[in-house]
Amino acid sequence: MLRILNKIRQTGLITEDLPREPVLEQVGAQLRAGIARQFQGSLAIRQVDAGSCNACELEIHALNNGYYDIERFGVHFVASPRHADVLLVTGPVSVHMETALLRTWEATPAPKLVIAAGDCAACGGEFGCSYASRGAVSNVIPVDAVIPGCPPTPLALMQGILQALQTS
Amino acid sequence: MSHFDWLSELLARYQDEHILVRRGAATALAPAHLLEIDPEDWGRAAQVAAGYACRWAGVWAEQRDAELMVTAALARDGDHLLLRTQVPLSTPLLPSHTQYYPGADRMERHVQNMHGLVFSDHPDPRRWSRHNRWAADSYPLRKEFAVGSAPLPAAPEQDYPFIQTQGAGAYEIPVGPVHAGIIEPGHFRFQAVGETVLNLEQRLGYVHKGIEKIAEGRDAQGLARLAGRVSGDSTVHYAWSACMAMERAAHLAVPPRAQALRAVLAERERIHNHLGDIGAICNDVAFTFAWQQFARLRELWLRDNAACFGHRMLMDCIVPGGLATDPSAAQIAQLRAAIDPLRRELAALYPILDDHPSLEDRLATTGVLSAEQAQRLGCLGYVGKASGQDHDLRRDHPYAPYDRLHVSSPLFTTGDVAARMQVRMQEILDSLELLVVLLDTLPDGAVQVPWQAPAAGSEGIGLVEGWRGEILSYVRFGSDGRIARYFPRDPSWFNWPALELLIHGNIVPDFPVCNKSVNGSYSGHDL
Repeated sequence: MLRILNKIRQTGLITEDLPREPVLEQVGAQLRAGIARQFQGSLAIRQVDAGSCNACELEIHALNNGYYDIERFGVHFVASPRHADVLLVTGPVSVHMETALLRTWEATPAPKLVIAAGDCAACGGEFGCSYASRGAVSNVIPVDAVIPGCPPTPLALMQGILQALQTS
Repeated sequence: MSHFDWLSELLARYQDEHILVRRGAATALAPAHLLEIDPEDWGRAAQVAAGYACRWAGVWAEQRDAELMVTAALARDGDHLLLRTQVPLSTPLLPSHTQYYPGADRMERHVQNMHGLVFSDHPDPRRWSRHNRWAADSYPLRKEFAVGSAPLPAAPEQDYPFIQTQGAGAYEIPVGPVHAGIIEPGHFRFQAVGETVLNLEQRLGYVHKGIEKIAEGRDAQGLARLAGRVSGDSTVHYAWSACMAMERAAHLAVPPRAQALRAVLAERERIHNHLGDIGAICNDVAFTFAWQQFARLRELWLRDNAACFGHRMLMDCIVPGGLATDPSAAQIAQLRAAIDPLRRELAALYPILDDHPSLEDRLATTGVLSAEQAQRLGCLGYVGKASGQDHDLRRDHPYAPYDRLHVSSPLFTTGDVAARMQVRMQEILDSLELLVVLLDTLPDGAVQVPWQAPAAGSEGIGLVEGWRGEILSYVRFGSDGRIARYFPRDPSWFNWPALELLIHGNIVPDFPVCNKSVNGSYSGHDL
C-alpha cells in the first residue's frame, strides 16, 4: 500500500502539467463552458464502433488518461445509448453494423448529437463504399459534426467535440 | 537445428499414406515450402500433419478462371509449409481440416462464405462471415461479384441458430454487437446458471469491410495503406507483413537501415499495446491505480512516436521498398533516451502488480486455457505463450533484422489471466532490450529503394510476429503491378475460440477481464 501511495505521490497531477500542449487548457475551458450552457455541465457520450479498424478506439480511450482527462470538462462515456447526449461514431459503417447503428441512434433520446470521428466515419476513408461498407456515417444516420484524422489525435477529438457543441 | 529438417519425415509419411505430393517451385513462396496435392488427398494430408505435431496456420482461396486455387498453411518449429490444390468452380468441393484442427473451423466457413467452396465434411454448416446482407448463393470473392454490389435490405442479424441451453435455472445473456465500453462490435451469447457461465458462443463478422475484395486492383502502395488498417492496433505489423510479401514477390531487397527501423517500429507497437492492455486488465478488476499509471506510460510512448515518426500509432511509416520516413540522429537519440526511464517506471510498478493480493485474487486461476486446448486450437502470441505454446517467429524463423538479434520469449503453463498478463509484462522488458540493440547498432544508409512491380502471377508470403502473435499475409500480383489477391491472417482467428473455452465455469462478472486478457482483434478477424 505504501508503495502505491508513494508512486501516486511521485507521479503527481500530470493533468495540470502540460507544457507541450498549452492549447489543451484553452480547448478544455471552452468545452466546459459549452457543456455547462447546453448540457447542465455533463455531456454523456456513447461511442459506437460501426466498422472501424480500432485505431480510433485507442485514441478515444486516450481521452481518459491522466494527460487529457476529458472527464474534468464534464464529458463522460456511458454504457447505454439511452443515457447519451452524443453518439461518437467511428469507422466506415460496415453493412453488417448498419442495423445496429440505426437501432443505437433510435435508442438515443432527442435532442442528440452525432459526431463522426475519423476519416472513415467522415468520408469512408480507406474503405469507401462497397458491398460490405456504406462508407461515411452520414450515409446511414444524420451527422452533426465530423472530426477528420486517421485516427484523430486525442486533442483533435477534444477540439472536434467542442466544435460540435458550438455549431449545434 | 536447421530449417525444415522435419519436412523429409512428413513427406515420408505422406508417401506411406499414398498421398501424391508435387514439390512446387522451391523458391516461389520462400521462406515457406509449397506442396501441390490432389483435392481428394486434402483431408488426409492434414490428418497426417496433425499426427506429426504440425500447427495449422490458415487457409485461403483464389479464383483462377474456372478453378479455385486453395492454399493451406501448416507450421512446425517456425517453418511454414503450404499445401495447395485446385478444384473446379463447377464442383467446388474439398474435405475439411476442422476435424483434425479445430482452429480451422471458422476460417473454412469464411472461405465457404466468400468463395462458395464447400468443405464437404465440415462439422458446422452455419454461415460465419455472411450476415444475410448478400445472398447465400453469391460469393464476394468470385470474379463475377462486383465490389460495389448493393447489399440486401438491412435486417437485424437475429436468425443465427445459436446453441441452445435448457433446464431449470439456465438463462441466456445476449451481449452486443454494440458493447458497453469503447471497444469493437461483436456478439456474445452466454448461457449461465446463477453467476456461472455454462457456455459462451461468439458471433463475429460485424466489422466485415470487404478488405480482401477492395484490395484487388490496388497498387503496392495502396495495399500497404490498406494493410495498415486491417487492425489499427497492429498497423505496423500488418504493413510490414504485407510489404514483406510484396517485396518477396518482387525480389526486392530492403536496405539494412529500413529493416532495423521496421523492427524499431514493431517493438514500439508491441510495447504500447502491452502497456495499454496491462492497465486495462487491472482496470477490469477495479485496480484503477495501475490503469492510470500504465495509460500514462503509454501516452508518453505514443508522443515519442509522433515526435520521431510523425504519427502516434506509426501508420503508413512502412511502405513497399522500405520506410516513408528516416528519423534524424536527434530523433534516434530521443527514442534511445526514453528506454531507461520506462524501465525505471516498470521496475517500480511490476512489484506492485506482483504482490497485490486483490489483483492475485482476481487474476490467478481465472480463465484457464489448458496447454492441450491451446495446442489443439493453434493459439498464438501471449495467449499461446501463457498456455505452454512456445511460438515466436522472431526466434524460431527470424526475419531481418531479428536474424542478428537474440530474441527471448517468455513461457508460462498456468494458462490463466495472470499468466497472459505476465507474458506481456516480460515481453515489454524483452522488447526494450531489443530496442537498445537496434538503436545502438542502427545501420546508416538509405531507408527506401524504389518499388519495382513484379511480373503478373508473382506471389509472396509475409510472416511477422505481431504483438498478438504471428501475422501471415499472402499477396499475388496481377498485371500492371496490381494486386490480384491479398489475404491477411490475424492470430485472433485462433485466439477468439480460446476465449469460448477458457470462460467455462467462470463467473459472468469475470468475462470482461478474461476477454481483455485475450484481446482478440475484431477488425483483423472480420476482414
